[in-house]
Amino acid sequence: MLLKLTGGRVIDPAHDQNEVVRDIYVRDGRIVDKPADGQVDEEVDCRGKIVMAGAIDMHTHIGGGKVNIARTMLPEDHAEAVVERTELMRSGCGHAAPSTLTTGYRYAEMGYTAGFEPAVIPINARQAHMELHDTPIIDKGGYVMLGSDDFLLRMMAANQDQEAINNYVAWTINHSQALGLKVVNPGGINAFKFNQRKLDLDQKNDFYGVTPREILQRLSRAVKEIGVPHPLHVHGCNLGVPGNMNTTLETIQASEGVPMHLTHIQFHSYGTEGDFKFSSGAAEIAEAINNNPNITVDVGQIMFGQTVTASGDNMRQFDGAAHAHPNKWVNMDIECDAGCGVVPFKYKDQSYVNALQWMIGLETFLLVNDPWRIFLTTDHPNGAPFTSYPHLIKLLMDRSFRNDIFETLHPEAQNASRLASIDREYTLYEIAIMTRAGAAKLLGLADRGHLGIGAAADITVYSEDADREKMFSKPDFVFKDGEMVVRQGQVQKVTWGTTHVVKPNYDLSIEKPLQKYFDTYHTMKLNNFKISNDEIVDDGRGSLTIQPLHKEGRL
Amino acid sequence: MTQDSTATVWHEVASPFCGIASDDLTIEADGHQIKILENADPVTRKGFETPLGDTQPRVNGEAVTMEQAISQIADHLIHSQQPLIGGMGTDLNGARAAMALADKSGATMDSLYSPAAFRNIMVLQDTGYMTTTLTEVRNRCDLLVVVGSDIEQAYPRFYERMIWNESSMFDLETHNRRIVYLGKKPSGDASTSPNGREAEVLACDDADLPEVISVLRALINNKNVQAETVGGIQVSDLKALADAVLAARYSVFTWSGSLLDYDHAEATIQTLCEAIKEVNATTRSCGLPLGGKEGDTTVNAVSSWQSGYPMRTTFNRSYPDYDPFLNDARRMLNNNEVDLLIWVSSFNTEATPPVTGVPTVVLGRSGMQFETEPDIFIPVGVPGIDHEGHTFRCDSAVSLPLKKLRDSGLPSVFEVLSAVEQAL
Repeated sequence: MLLKLTGGRVIDPAHDQNEVVRDIYVRDGRIVDKPADGQVDEEVDCRGKIVMAGAIDMHTHIGGGKVNIARTMLPEDHAEAVVERTELMRSGCGHAAPSTLTTGYRYAEMGYTAGFEPAVIPINARQAHMELHDTPIIDKGGYVMLGSDDFLLRMMAANQDQEAINNYVAWTINHSQALGLKVVNPGGINAFKFNQRKLDLDQKNDFYGVTPREILQRLSRAVKEIGVPHPLHVHGCNLGVPGNMNTTLETIQASEGVPMHLTHIQFHSYGTEGDFKFSSGAAEIAEAINNNPNITVDVGQIMFGQTVTASGDNMRQFDGAAHAHPNKWVNMDIECDAGCGVVPFKYKDQSYVNALQWMIGLETFLLVNDPWRIFLTTDHPNGAPFTSYPHLIKLLMDRSFRNDIFETLHPEAQNASRLASIDREYTLYEIAIMTRAGAAKLLGLADRGHLGIGAAADITVYSEDADREKMFSKPDFVFKDGEMVVRQGQVQKVTWGTTHVVKPNYDLSIEKPLQKYFDTYHTMKLNNFKISNDEIVDDGRGSLTIQPLHKEGRL
Repeated sequence: MTQDSTATVWHEVASPFCGIASDDLTIEADGHQIKILENADPVTRKGFETPLGDTQPRVNGEAVTMEQAISQIADHLIHSQQPLIGGMGTDLNGARAAMALADKSGATMDSLYSPAAFRNIMVLQDTGYMTTTLTEVRNRCDLLVVVGSDIEQAYPRFYERMIWNESSMFDLETHNRRIVYLGKKPSGDASTSPNGREAEVLACDDADLPEVISVLRALINNKNVQAETVGGIQVSDLKALADAVLAARYSVFTWSGSLLDYDHAEATIQTLCEAIKEVNATTRSCGLPLGGKEGDTTVNAVSSWQSGYPMRTTFNRSYPDYDPFLNDARRMLNNNEVDLLIWVSSFNTEATPPVTGVPTVVLGRSGMQFETEPDIFIPVGVPGIDHEGHTFRCDSAVSLPLKKLRDSGLPSVFEVLSAVEQAL
């Protein structure tokens, strides 16, 4: 079966193509050369339309324990967003914490073909994969969390060498079936279990004497040395704390040139100036990002309205619980491995702080120069549900739209922000970088995010519309692995995407101390911790795609 | 796995029969006979060693083929206005298949264990809680308060695995852990420390627990309490407990939803959970709800991620419609709101369906005996014995792979319900 997408205006930043009018040929789920015999089985007329690779959400909380706690605790949020069953699609629900089925359908309808769960706790990874398994159409994967687990902290307290830590990181990525490595409030989740309430970059864990800086340096180096393409995914110290911009600037310095991805940077860009002792640090943070090419960020933009915050950072979530709306929340310590906190939250446009958070996110987007190093996220659902992406794209691409909203927000926040003076409007090409080519490059997805020969045929086709929100809400066609899954913004075929992983090498000697550790301290056996490939495939609907390691990776 | 000529021995086997899901069992499978060789307890022994019974599906008591039984179930479903899928003693994939079938047939879902599970879920949905998990307890707990629950009957290995473990990670001398029972007394000596120290008991009746927990909460918050006794407990003793909790580094309050078996026990759990949050203003303290056996935690988890809601959700109007009162299976059956009951119970031969006047389909563990023969009975395999599977532990954080220990040829709930869905 050969499919031809005819005459679209192709935006493919991975190949420096900006609205190049060309045909795309697809066979067996892949983009192929024009067939020598010219034989085409099916043609889709894309003339005049914008053609991009399928979009990739590189940071979205869509599966795993804390997300499911959020779902269970928010019946009132679902009730306003129930989704009826159709001949094709299962029923479901969800605004802030949608069901897995609805999640997959909604992403596909917006032209997204992949989403990555950024906070997979090793011991809970099996559940994360179960949920991702039940998320239709899109590809998926996860970043496994280390940094507050007692095994690592014991290694560091014992001054074990980098080689040993590399082994442990590689082992964990393998057996939790992950694509990358994440650290959340480095060491802070652990410190909270020892009743520490704050952990600055150079503050020691009371029990282990280890600092967040050391954890960041050890883990970022490990990721680089074992050849995992995605840099260490960092949720830094002091999330949400006024003045945390300094922590963030110090963290960038602490990276010492080793690649590091700072996630939901908006929540880490706060100063303490002004009457409210809360100000924007976006300009300084953006400058640091611009000056440090090893640093990438995603924004974690907030939108006004009800959502739920679900985070591994239970130290900070405990603090934030005072602001729960509605007033209920969960905080958990988990298995000497990590923790989680779930706090429903309503961002209000007439709140000074919330209005400024909205501005800080947009300032960051607009002040970071290189779209290859900044990514479009709301940290779903923490800043806002992912369904707000088309609106966010419009905010970035349409200055007058942005400024019209700005003028309605808390007046003191308007005075505290320079957003209205920023003229920049993102281009379609830059949006394609942020949401496709750049994201695939950042994650090391060799065959995604671009439209070159050999790429997976994940393709989204839009009718251009000056109203960018409208345009990005409802693509004309979405192809997933060469199959048309969405037409005119409606799902028309339900497929099941693959799970992207990496398999860095490790020395089996690491299992000796791990075996002893599990047997002595844990309530689960080492062998039952490991998630087999068969578990990902499960009933045959799932599949694994092993992405290549960096060539310079070693062990 | 090691093999000899007569039997297979399996190591590191996980048990789905108790919510703490110990996974260190050594089990021998000799033909269809299962024997736990190491780390057995009364709950797992019964769970694993119950002998295989009949393997043939029946319709109206007559043996039929699997195909006939499935086609009859589909027929019943097609003609049903309000089917109920109850029991829900199953594993991950069984729950997935039941959800898919409910969605397609407009069924209501509820679990046999909901009356207990909802005592916690209602708290989660109203005010939330701070909880911990088994490995944290094993390594950190320095004061365990057992509320209204004689836990060693239902969780025989709880103390051995989580409290009297020899080593812990953080310089904690585990044999010095303080154990306090509030409410029911322990029935055995599992809670007695290895050096012979018995658990302290502040005994009261279940009926007094709401008041006792409220007073404890007040004392934790340093409020003046005028009464001298509450539920037969000296307030000074409760004050000493409150002080101990505030002085502890990592206290853990545990309870079992099924053992706190009185009307509106959720309100007591809620008071307790709010008190735990308040303790955390100055030191660390967590709740540990015990429960979750035989698929209880699993089916609520799967239901939540697939529909947004836990059990007690109906698909009658083509979308998930949750109501913890209206969709209570017992209430619906008592009120004649159901015209077809599909009862899933793959772990426990004694977990039989309630006797009702409506057509009843049972997917039950082989060997299940009925007072009233159901309209359709399909003996199904046990997850973790007859087929592979996954089960969630009571703390929800951990799920474990279940092994296939023998080749009985029995179908899984997943296979049967998926076939029914196909047949619709």
